[in-house]
Amino acid sequence: MDRVVSERSAPRTAVPARGQRVALVDLLDRLLAGGVVITGDITISIAEVDLVRISLRALIASIRPEMNRVLDDEDAGQPPREPIQGTVSREDM
Amino acid sequence: MAESGIYVYGVSRDLPGEAMERVGGVAGAPVRVIEQGGLTAVVSPVSLAEFGEEALRHNLEDLGWLESTARAHHAVVDAAAASAATVPLGLATVYRSEDRVRKALRERSEEFTRALGRITGRTEWGVKAYADLRGATPGGTAAEEGPAARPGTSYLQRRRAEQHTEEEARREVLAIAERIDTELRDLAATGRLHRPQDPQLSGERGWMILNAAYLVDDARADDFRAAVARLAGLRPEIRLQLTGPWAPYSFATEEEAWTGS
Repeated sequence: MDRVVSERSAPRTAVPARGQRVALVDLLDRLLAGGVVITGDITISIAEVDLVRISLRALIASIRPEMNRVLDDEDAGQPPREPIQGTVSREDM
Repeated sequence: MAESGIYVYGVSRDLPGEAMERVGGVAGAPVRVIEQGGLTAVVSPVSLAEFGEEALRHNLEDLGWLESTARAHHAVVDAAAASAATVPLGLATVYRSEDRVRKALRERSEEFTRALGRITGRTEWGVKAYADLRGATPGGTAAEEGPAARPGTSYLQRRRAEQHTEEEARREVLAIAERIDTELRDLAATGRLHRPQDPQLSGERGWMILNAAYLVDDARADDFRAAVARLAGLRPEIRLQLTGPWAPYSFATEEEAWTGS
């Protein structure tokens, strides 16, 4: 609840400079939906965007078990606190 | 030794030769340029053991690999875009030889030139909006709890809060998201909508009501940022995030080819 207020009153003029680390989820929005799609010589190259999305669906499905395993190793059974950033999941992907 | 290929990050115009000198590409490979007919492809060598068809099929499902490849791709595109008009290519566009890259530049020359024309002198900015409706549901407003509130005001506020159903609140914030998008598009050359991000993946708790990209004339960048700051103050339950400057990833393709939303 406080979060909304505090973030809202935070200064908004600061603009990240080029080269600053971006959120993976924002980057993948752009890398998977954006960019000129040209057919490279490697046929999986993202000319077949659908194929990649299928791969990503598999990826998303695998994130939670993967995340639990990683955190279990590091954290001796503590439940995961931070979601792993990934790409957009949508049922009709 | 594994076969090698050429990974193409993007296509630039008038890219200064030294701009890419200190930039590392995917898998840490050195970046170089291939010039062809006034266009410059920004490339690096890759091993087909990692970027061949079978390998990619597997690697794209590996979040760690995907992240490091996406970040390396971005670092190169970003460096090129900071120095010259650059049209980013899709992730993992790989050719077998320099000749094949040149051929692609020749064959797609018109399309690249058009795309470069669209984005020259402009920068992509991302704007994300989140609504937190918890404060808008009955009983959640701080005002009615204030000891100094006059009884009449307090009653009216309580009644209003009760009538303010979640459904109404949702409709209202969506209308505001539309207003934000409309006002920002007015300042931008064009805008495109990305799909809402999964909160599980973005780590954001609020309801994502806008995930947009705007291509903004550099001369209007300050106006645009000021508008975002102003719109961020519209409503306490709506939060805006500005990201960028981005290379024009969301505007590399023609509008008809846009698949983001």
